[in-house]
Amino acid sequence: MDVRDVAHLARMHITAEEATLFQSQLEHILDHVRDLGELDLDGVEPTAHAVAVQNVFRVDEARPGLPHAQVMANAPQARNGLFMVPRILE
Amino acid sequence: MHAQLPTVATLPQLLANGQTTTRSVVDTLSAAIESRNPVLNAYLSWDGAEAARWAQEVDAQSVANRPLLAGVPIGIKDVLNVQGQPCGCASLILEKYVSPYDATAVARLRQAGALPFGRLNMDEFAMGSSNENSAYGPARNPWNAGYVTGGSSGGSAAAVAGGMAVAALGTDTGGSIRQPAAFCGCVGLKPSYGRVSRYGLTAFASSLDQIGPLTQSVEDAAILLQVIAGHDPLDSTSLDRPVPDYRAALSGDLAGMRLGLPREYFTDGVDPQVTWAVRAAIEECRKLGAEIVDVDLPHTRYAVATYYIIATAEASANLARFDGVRYGARESGQDPIDSYGRTRARYFGPEVKRRIILGTFVLSSGYYDAYYLRAQKVRTLIRRDFEAAFQQCDALLAPVAPTTAYPLGERVDDPLQMYLGDIFTVTANLAGICGLSVPCGFSDNGLPVGLQVLGPAFREETILRVGHAYEQATDWHHGLPPVCAEDGGQ
Amino acid sequence: MSGANPYKVSIGLETHVQLKTRSKIWCACPNTFGSDPNTDVCPICLGYPGSMPVLNAEAVKLTVMAGLLLGCRINHYSKFDRKSYFYPDMPKNYQISQYDQPLCTGGSVPIEVDGKPKVIRIHRIHLEEDVAKNNHFETASGVDFNRAGTPLMEIVSEPDIASADEAFAFLQALKQMLVYGGITDGNLEQGNIRCDINCSVRPDTQTTLGTKTEIKNMNTFKGVHRSLTYEIKRQIEVCEQGGKIMQETRRWDDARGVTTAMRSKEYAHDYRYFPEPDLMPVVLDDAQIDEWRTALPEMPQARRTRFITDFGLPAYDADVLVADKPIADFFEATLAAGASPKAASNWVMTELLRMLGEQEWSVSEARITPTMLADILRLLDEGKINNPAAKTIFSVCFTEGGDPRAIMEARGLAQVSDEGALDRWVQAAITANPKSVADYQAGKKAALQFLMGQVMRASQGKANPPKVMQALKAQLDG
Ligand SMILES: [Mg+2]
Ligand SMILES: [Zn+2]
Repeated sequence: MDVRDVAHLARMHITAEEATLFQSQLEHILDHVRDLGELDLDGVEPTAHAVAVQNVFRVDEARPGLPHAQVMANAPQARNGLFMVPRILE
Repeated sequence: MHAQLPTVATLPQLLANGQTTTRSVVDTLSAAIESRNPVLNAYLSWDGAEAARWAQEVDAQSVANRPLLAGVPIGIKDVLNVQGQPCGCASLILEKYVSPYDATAVARLRQAGALPFGRLNMDEFAMGSSNENSAYGPARNPWNAGYVTGGSSGGSAAAVAGGMAVAALGTDTGGSIRQPAAFCGCVGLKPSYGRVSRYGLTAFASSLDQIGPLTQSVEDAAILLQVIAGHDPLDSTSLDRPVPDYRAALSGDLAGMRLGLPREYFTDGVDPQVTWAVRAAIEECRKLGAEIVDVDLPHTRYAVATYYIIATAEASANLARFDGVRYGARESGQDPIDSYGRTRARYFGPEVKRRIILGTFVLSSGYYDAYYLRAQKVRTLIRRDFEAAFQQCDALLAPVAPTTAYPLGERVDDPLQMYLGDIFTVTANLAGICGLSVPCGFSDNGLPVGLQVLGPAFREETILRVGHAYEQATDWHHGLPPVCAEDGGQ
Repeated sequence: MSGANPYKVSIGLETHVQLKTRSKIWCACPNTFGSDPNTDVCPICLGYPGSMPVLNAEAVKLTVMAGLLLGCRINHYSKFDRKSYFYPDMPKNYQISQYDQPLCTGGSVPIEVDGKPKVIRIHRIHLEEDVAKNNHFETASGVDFNRAGTPLMEIVSEPDIASADEAFAFLQALKQMLVYGGITDGNLEQGNIRCDINCSVRPDTQTTLGTKTEIKNMNTFKGVHRSLTYEIKRQIEVCEQGGKIMQETRRWDDARGVTTAMRSKEYAHDYRYFPEPDLMPVVLDDAQIDEWRTALPEMPQARRTRFITDFGLPAYDADVLVADKPIADFFEATLAAGASPKAASNWVMTELLRMLGEQEWSVSEARITPTMLADILRLLDEGKINNPAAKTIFSVCFTEGGDPRAIMEARGLAQVSDEGALDRWVQAAITANPKSVADYQAGKKAALQFLMGQVMRASQGKANPPKVMQALKAQLDG
């Protein structure tokens, strides 16, 4: 694992000191995690949910959302009812 | 009963008899917080004036036909959304966020007449086992302020144990209710996955998270679970099953029950003082009529690795939304991606960053099968371990953690060491079963020890019955932390 | 290119179709177009902390119905996954989609280009959520989350499409089927259908596919055609000059009519798919699938055949009527209200389509109902009104609605068949036009038409034309 590459995937800048520290700490953790390699897992189904339920749906009914002012009150930067971000380059 | 605060179970009677008023409870609560919070740092914020107004309203109403929690203020972990309040998850990245909605559990507390009160300290985004990962400093243990509270619901546990909350809600992803309850000497219940709606709980690991109560007594835990449990159409993972009468299950005895001791939870790695206290508790249960049997949970040694892969993988996606676009803190940048990189770098704490990196890695191209998929399969084996064990007994008895609370700062530089302390709690989350932590003694240095009772999924009534019978037969929960005595608590 | 084309073209389309539901896919916010920015939003579609998705049942039903229309295999077990990538239009910075177990697999769309039929195979159809809309300004961009969480069905074709014309025909055919099926409104201006294009060329002799480029985010069928025409030519030129096609994402510049490479950095993704823990799997049994199958509306081809065989319509009429589902529905409802097929077909094809075209209205916007048209045709048939009066009543019904008989009476449009009145008008016309009478009697048949016109004018259009003709002839020939 290269901590810098992974941090980039997670869109999170890290400093050189953080990179060094996390690299060694996470390698230590991955050493422990590698114990899972001892197990023979052929034919074992993965568990994605702690309970086995299926077909949970909502009825297609519309209701008004949040008041616009309340939505924009949390916006770090807003203009004309839009959430503003630095210009998106295409 | 420590401090001046009544329990959830006794309060309605006291109010009905005129022995106290909600206003008086709120005043006591506010006074306790004023005096103890500067040391214990259990609350990140609270609004005593608003609580006083609410109390006056409640007191003005008739005492007849009151809902179950009328006039009860309940402390809320900072990870749960309460309408109109901050929900910062003890993180700087959510510093300015004000929630526009109530979590379902919070809404149910309100419907039952309770007041969601204050914001309780926690590890940032519930990632931690000591509360030292809070952006606002650690909560401190009421039994010794130089020691950790445990985590991540450290503020909830410290508030309840320290006489600063009648009861509180916490969340448990890998032990975050049970372990701080054990470290601080209160009761903590992690319900089965799907028993309590997660809607409004800021997700750490969605397939593991559950909301549960931290309380002064097992009966209080039963009452709060009664209120917050049940199906919620807003949470697809909440099960549509009837909620039993939990309080009615508290028989006070263990006649006819079989309780299992998982061999893997009683190893050399456990602090002898913990083992001793738990063994004594097991003896007590035998005296109360339980038959004790040995069982095996053979995949226990893989649980921590499995847990930290699954939890961090889910967390890496769950925390991706904190980008400074719609809410929260924001650093600017040349383009949005640069802005995200700076925002997340500046406002996430180190443990959150570590876990995001680990979780991103185990899902990344080329590593998914070796890590994430493998962990999901081991999760199946751990689940089967419990299914087999519960063929042989009604519930399991075990320590909550291998040690009691440790001094602040002792483990912060060694994440793996910290993670390994979760060995006895993460299994319940992986298997989706329920677990209860009940005080069962003290170490030589005066720190509480917790007894863990684990039950099959959706058998909370069983573990509550066990915990309650044990609690009634002992008086560990009557102990008074020094912080309460020092400032004049009775 | 002329003569034998030495290059083979392989095009695959990933078509995103917004589903016609009342609410969004995970929350109850309205699924509408054109609201003020950030007004159809809630904690769920804004990706607020603690919010959770709950699957809209109708979105599943519509996707499965689309699969049935396209002859897909409906998977009994399907699930949702998180697809991670950071972009300001993505509220959670992951999209909930379906990775390895989609709702539908296989299927096909029949097309026809230059009279040659062809079948384009479908690889899969999955269900996912739409993203927000970015607005670009000078130095910043602004995000409107109203569209975020609109149910989106992604139809992935096999690379069977061999030309820009085929791609265009595929999209047309697909749109017609999906609109017919009630799956989508199919409104391109509102972005109901958008697609990503995968395109590669290879020498005729090569069996494996060439390196493909991807053109993202096309929102008009014309644009797809133009961009493909350009891109195919570009790729062939690169090959001709001995160059290599780069696997890359390209953007269609509609103004300049070219595709340009996008900065690859932004599109180099590691999506890190994993099962969505907040949503449970969808398990469909045969009974459920069959129930939806029986609810499927008839497709245009089948309807066309039925119009010809059951109603005796000419093939031309049938084509015109089925081209637009609401029109065909209107036609059939007119028959159900008692009109004869040929008369109804004539009136729908001429008056109705003409007036809709003039107003730029859809059928639902016009006030006339099939019952009104059937009533007008009945009045006509019974001789109560003549053709011009029928057109007047139609026009009133079209813009204002109302009971045709009442309109006829209120406006005095009833046809006059009373012989006394007719005779008076006929007599007057004969007296006033001796030259025409003489012409007629000298054998000029056209003069009769003139006299007929005079009578109609005198009657203000209300005289019954066959009876006028009868009376004129009786007087002149008598
Ligand atoms: Mg897609
Ligand atoms: Zn919404």
